[in-house]
Amino acid sequence: MSTTTENLAEALTDGSTDLLRFATAGSVDDGKSTLIGRLLFDSKTIFEDQLDSVENVSKDRGNDYTDLSLLTDGLRAEREQGITIDVAYRYFATPKRKFIIADTPGHIQYTRNMVTGASTADAALILVDARKGVIEQSRRHTFLATLLGVPHIVVCVNKMDLVDYSEEVFENIRKDFTEFASRLRVPDLTFIPISALEGDNVVNRSENTPWYEGSPLLSHLERLHVASDRNLVDVRFPVQYVIRPQSHDARDYRGYAGTVASGVMKPGDRVVALPAGLETTIESIDTADGPVDEAYPPMAVTVRLADEIDISRGDMIARPNNTPAALQNIDAQICWMDESAPLTVGKKYAIKHTTRWARAMVKDINYRVDVNSLHRDEGVTEIKLNEIGRIQLRVTQPLFVDPYQQNSETGSFILVDESTNKTVAAGMVGGLPHSS
Amino acid sequence: MTSHVLSQLRSLEAESIHIIREVVAEMERPVLLFSGGKDSIVMLHMAAKAFAPARIPFPIMHVDTGLNFQSVLDTRDRWVERLGIQLVVASVQDAIDRGLVKEEPNGSRNRIQTPVLLEAVEKHGFDAAFGGGRRDEEKARAKERVFSFRDDFGQWDPKNQRPEIWNLYNGRVHQGESIRVFPLSNWTELDIWSYIAAENMDIPDLYLAQEREVVNRDGMLFAVNEFTPLKEGETSEIRSVRYRTVGDANLTAAVESQASTLNAIVEETAAVRITERGATRGDDKVSEAAMEDRKREGYF
Ligand SMILES: Nc1nc2c(ncn2[C@@H]2O[C@H](COP(=O)(O)OP(=O)(O)O)[C@@H](O)[C@H]2O)c(=O)[nH]1
Repeated sequence: MSTTTENLAEALTDGSTDLLRFATAGSVDDGKSTLIGRLLFDSKTIFEDQLDSVENVSKDRGNDYTDLSLLTDGLRAEREQGITIDVAYRYFATPKRKFIIADTPGHIQYTRNMVTGASTADAALILVDARKGVIEQSRRHTFLATLLGVPHIVVCVNKMDLVDYSEEVFENIRKDFTEFASRLRVPDLTFIPISALEGDNVVNRSENTPWYEGSPLLSHLERLHVASDRNLVDVRFPVQYVIRPQSHDARDYRGYAGTVASGVMKPGDRVVALPAGLETTIESIDTADGPVDEAYPPMAVTVRLADEIDISRGDMIARPNNTPAALQNIDAQICWMDESAPLTVGKKYAIKHTTRWARAMVKDINYRVDVNSLHRDEGVTEIKLNEIGRIQLRVTQPLFVDPYQQNSETGSFILVDESTNKTVAAGMVGGLPHSS
Repeated sequence: MTSHVLSQLRSLEAESIHIIREVVAEMERPVLLFSGGKDSIVMLHMAAKAFAPARIPFPIMHVDTGLNFQSVLDTRDRWVERLGIQLVVASVQDAIDRGLVKEEPNGSRNRIQTPVLLEAVEKHGFDAAFGGGRRDEEKARAKERVFSFRDDFGQWDPKNQRPEIWNLYNGRVHQGESIRVFPLSNWTELDIWSYIAAENMDIPDLYLAQEREVVNRDGMLFAVNEFTPLKEGETSEIRSVRYRTVGDANLTAAVESQASTLNAIVEETAAVRITERGATRGDDKVSEAAMEDRKREGYF
């Protein structure tokens, strides 16, 4: 390999480019598709043939302008109905960052898509139509983003061109929004006046909003500081797979493969394997490219331990003085995602938490959250599609959990219907018995 | 190093390795669909990383259209040899001879691969098949899950996909059903090339620019070889070209390029303005919904 290849490869692999995942939310027609199309277009991610095809379709439909939203409308059913029905993922990169957009539809029955998109997001973009201001959907989207623990929320006040780029309109929306958001846990909230259609403050700073002193959307996203969002304190390593080569040269090798959920692990660290509770020391942290000095999320590594202890998939490696709670009674918030049947007390499901499967029974439903008013409806008997509720589960074996707001990796789980095998709920471990 | 932030390529790699390990841990009989193209090579490379120092604990399957560039087959065989893995070949030519599928009038064997693939999956009892599809390739893929459920006819139902939350994948299937798994879902073409360059991977030399004898057909440049011989009245010329995809040799066109090193390909890809499918795959031009239709039928 020539040195220039090495230099370039190095710049791209070890360089300053990192990854930011964000979800977009807004109600129908707020301009979400147009905004995404604009980001892709202005960051030169749209390819000529894609643009050609969009221009052709726009013309066929008799539109006066190229409808950038067509770039992100995926499936045929959607094209027919003219709405976005499922989470779609989009990609673009600048020299600073690669971005993964989870484009989640804002229609009322699709809360589950927003939850899906927000579950892995570092940031949520919430669109507000400048003419309409903060509406029920804006509240719902913000609530869901905070429920899923998204650390950065960016409110894009869109269609500023239709309100003459009025500072007053923008400020009123900012005030309304801030007021209701104060009831939620929003670590970082930013407002940007934009026009997705005209491009104001999307990639380039707009001359139409001289009163706006913040950054355009793209530079804001490029600069969002996400390093401190990860939990680097509590070592949690769910064992995913045990590697035992059946070959002569590595016969004695026994490594625990997995993805670091949180914390920083180093060779020499004292660790404890759960549920066995046996303590040992990290002998080495291996990768296919050789051993590493430390492992942190989301690295996929293979850990070797100094002592031979019986560990299998689903077990958890932690530090002796900092372990997750081993719980069979789980207090959780769930979002119900199944249209065929609601969640009811007494039902049994398969549960997947980190790399461990078990069975769970619903012991109690504490309340259902009205996602618009944030009111808690107590005394309900079921949680239906797209509803959020707080429930109590009894699990057949202990799960090694942390509260979701402290650790989204060890605080999250899914429920699966045992007869249809469908994923029916997203769950977030709530306050633990001793901590509330 | 002290910042504890993984670069984007290493984040993508870690995510893919996590997915591959998850499948092996949870599924009975996985297989990796290997075309010999760059995406399936990257996938295979990461599968090797995921289980090192052990061997990859599943076979790879090549749906052989019988229309492969020799350099693709050679590359495949080198990888199989190097990794010591088992190769299953499902032959489209053989399926045509047996009457399972019929040759399409335009000579494309892309579509008729599907029944051949499905038959082989069933015959070998594979319940999970890794595919190298990326969501940036095409609109229908943009909405497909990483673990994509297929019914017992191998069909995909876009309206009835399992929600995929966090990295908690659900691969539970009933007898006869299966899942397609796409570890490269979040990679873009540029990521693939950056990674191939960073890891200095063995790929078919067709991807590298070289002076080749080509013929210009409707603006697409086809290399003159046994699959695409010169037709009456056509004239060929020598140009520096390379391939961006290496599908059926009779339908895959080359693009003009001076990129004769991996490094140069990364740079060129960063600058390129046409999606790889639009540029070089005659069979995808058919209709906007072509891909979605094929996926419903079980195409990977
Ligand atoms: N005037 C104006 N119209 C916009 C703007 N953004 C979107 N639109 C229009 O609003 C309509 C809905 O936009 P679309 O992106 O499809 O909304 P979505 O349903 O949120 O994806 C389309 O007709 C857009 O052209 C904007 O900033 N200004």
